Amino acid sequence: MEEFFQQLTNGLAVGGIYALIALGYTMVYGVLKLINFAHGDLFTIGAYLGFTLFTAFGLSGMVAGPGAVVLVLLMVVGLVALIGFLLERVAYRPLRSSSRLSAVVSALGASIFFQNAVMLIYGAKFQVYPNDIRPSYVLSIMGIDVPLVRIMMIAASLALMLALYWFTQRTRIGAAIRATAIDQGAAKLMGIDVNRVISLVFMIGPALGGVAGVMVGLYYGQVDFTMGWVYGLKAFTAAILGGIGNIPGAMVGGLLLGVIEALGSAYISIAWKDAIAFLVLILILIIRPTGLLGERVADKI
Amino acid sequence: MTVSRTTSYAGIAVVVAVLPLLLDPYWTDVFVSIGLYSVLALSLNIILGQAGLFHMGHAAFYAVGAYVTAIANTMWGVPVLWAMPFAGLAAALFAMLVARPIIHLRGDYLLIVTIGIVEIVRIALINNVFGLTGGANGIFGISRPTLFGFKIAKPVHFYYLVWAYVACSVLLFRRLENSRFGRALNYIKEDDTAAEGSGVNTASYKLWAFVLGAFWAGMTGTIYAAKMTIISPESFSFWESVVLFAIVILGGGSNRGVLLGAFLLIGLPEFFREFASARMLAFGLAMVVMMIFRPQGMLPPMPRFYKLPERIRCVTGKDGGAAAAQVGGEA
Amino acid sequence: MSLLALRNLTKTFGGLVAVNSVSFDVAEGSIVGLIGPNGAGKTTVFNLITGNYKPDSGDIFFDGRTIKGLPTHSIVQMGIARTFQTIRLFQNMSVIENVLAGCHCRMQSGMLAAMLRTPAQKAEERHALTRAARELDFVGLTDEHANLAKNLSYGNQRLLEIARALATDPRFIILDEPAGGMNDQETAALIDTIRAIRDRGITVLLIEHDMSLVMKVCEKLVVLEYGALLAEGAPAAIKDDPRVIEAYLGVDTDD
Repeated sequence: MEEFFQQLTNGLAVGGIYALIALGYTMVYGVLKLINFAHGDLFTIGAYLGFTLFTAFGLSGMVAGPGAVVLVLLMVVGLVALIGFLLERVAYRPLRSSSRLSAVVSALGASIFFQNAVMLIYGAKFQVYPNDIRPSYVLSIMGIDVPLVRIMMIAASLALMLALYWFTQRTRIGAAIRATAIDQGAAKLMGIDVNRVISLVFMIGPALGGVAGVMVGLYYGQVDFTMGWVYGLKAFTAAILGGIGNIPGAMVGGLLLGVIEALGSAYISIAWKDAIAFLVLILILIIRPTGLLGERVADKI
Repeated sequence: MTVSRTTSYAGIAVVVAVLPLLLDPYWTDVFVSIGLYSVLALSLNIILGQAGLFHMGHAAFYAVGAYVTAIANTMWGVPVLWAMPFAGLAAALFAMLVARPIIHLRGDYLLIVTIGIVEIVRIALINNVFGLTGGANGIFGISRPTLFGFKIAKPVHFYYLVWAYVACSVLLFRRLENSRFGRALNYIKEDDTAAEGSGVNTASYKLWAFVLGAFWAGMTGTIYAAKMTIISPESFSFWESVVLFAIVILGGGSNRGVLLGAFLLIGLPEFFREFASARMLAFGLAMVVMMIFRPQGMLPPMPRFYKLPERIRCVTGKDGGAAAAQVGGEA
Repeated sequence: MSLLALRNLTKTFGGLVAVNSVSFDVAEGSIVGLIGPNGAGKTTVFNLITGNYKPDSGDIFFDGRTIKGLPTHSIVQMGIARTFQTIRLFQNMSVIENVLAGCHCRMQSGMLAAMLRTPAQKAEERHALTRAARELDFVGLTDEHANLAKNLSYGNQRLLEIARALATDPRFIILDEPAGGMNDQETAALIDTIRAIRDRGITVLLIEHDMSLVMKVCEKLVVLEYGALLAEGAPAAIKDDPRVIEAYLGVDTDD
């Protein structure tokens, strides 16, 4: 029972990260019908920027209050959002009217570019986050010890998800995003500036991904330049699992995948941990390609 | 048009034949790599370039071939080149099993699933699946191949072996492209629904494209294993698949384009070794720039030329009805 | 004898009943028009016949055998060819290669034969090319054979779709708005082409909004409204049917 609970909370914490990254995939897919392959690398960039900022400010030990962490997070959000914005402008907007393959290849190229840029700047070795920033308290819940950082991660990702959900459902801009996702042409006719909506989506998604990157750095204490690739694929799996293009779907899918993976590696085999997510991906695409919350749309012939 | 193509192939053949006389063993080895990647990319081109199926897991088929060869050679003492057809068949069988359930998936979904497959294969190899693959260290001690009693060991020997294999592959694939099979793949690439509506069994042809591509990749795995004498899971990572994918896309989907792509992506970085670490950076940038300015790739396939039968051109009637009656009578 | 028979065919999309228990027959050697207002379910009926959609219930018989649930390419192989309402040519391939696509299902050679260039494979290629050239000639596009399909005019693209369908050697051809986008001259020529198709012994079922074409060329009309069969019969009778006039022709009858 203890083991199960530990794995469950661990799965939720990791799943929250998957969900935050998955939101970026799903929102971009919603408005552009494009898998933004570079999204995982924006997550990596977020993690590395967090690392740079934490070390540059000499934040360590007791100096780093919660306020400092929030400040770093805000700066990472701004920087990664800017990179996301530029990415769309440079690599995707010129291909808006091209074939899907061209856009996918461009996305892949951007991913390779970012990943190697990070490697050239920071080196191929992993980087260690200052390890005294994160709280080391251990909470005792019903006699089971849970690290506080884990609870904070789950809480933070849930808060961000709820904020995004509120934003898309309750604000004018959110409605514009949803309208663009349903029918770009019609949205344009209704006076929505589709280009601005797309730019905005390419800022929100990467911003969430960047936050997830810092959270991973804080949780595991180290980051490396290839991590975006594995996290990216898993987050994409989460987005598919929930139904791509569907914002609540990405949240549910992320949390679910985190839990499946944690329980799978605990009770089946740790060596096959990374394969579990891919297996889930393949199965869901074969059995129910629309995902758990997706709707089936008939192909027009 | 056809003549110029034949001449260009003849020119390439002459250059390839005399090249090793001018190269030191290091550069010969580079060209062996270019040749290996060329064949792999040619086999991927059937799936990705000809049939338009976004397949980014080609390294999985290559891996199956290499491991079957390594296992057969080191455990059962099968001569390396004898293992080649079996390596191909094993990869083809594997492709048939994994491709069947995913073949109907739409473009980018297929891409993601094939990435998943290549990762699962790599993880399976690391985990020493069936106790045969040697885990993360892989398999070593694969013997050198012999051809008609001649032992192939030096780079220059491999050079001629690999490039002869490239030449055969180009010849056979070119014939295939100019046939009912090749056209069917192109119809599928252009418009899946229209192809099916014209009587092409699209599901079956997609599957066969995968099976054939995998068969060739599997056989190439044999030569790779023979050349390296050591194989490990890291040789078949997702990045290998990405490089192959990029060769086909940047090359443009014609056989010449694929050869050019292999040369540029595998050979060219050797000229700039001091910038080796920036190689992938340039590579990613090239993909973005290429898609924006020349999405069809460097050398896209030329339209096929058909000479219509003379007899028909004579009966081209002004009177549609008369011509119709004639066709009806003979149909 | 009826070549094609639909029996209580029903298809729903989500909550929408697109085709509601439709039954009708198409006699061998006839030209039948399927008409009705926009959204009446005409194209859905076509997609059901050709296997692009699977019916929820009901049955489809071709030459006395059920074809329900068969994949599209098998249905083509059995002798049912079609054209698409939204033109679906292989745009980046040459005109002749588009027609060769139709020949595909009447050919045998596979992968190995192509790689080895067997005499049988070469002969078959020659034969297919002749056949394709004839169909191209039949629709009058011989001079365009080396062009890319996307460079043809709209009307010629429609003709090319017909040529591709005819190259499958069908007994039954389904034309989805063949005159769509054609000018009067092209439409007049199309009427001759449709009759010539029938004269080759191929049964024709077509959807068309151009009423003068339908009245001229069809021997029987089937009228759909809201996915259900409204009326069927000879064009003259349909034209005077008050239900049809109300539902579809309105006061603006073409002649």
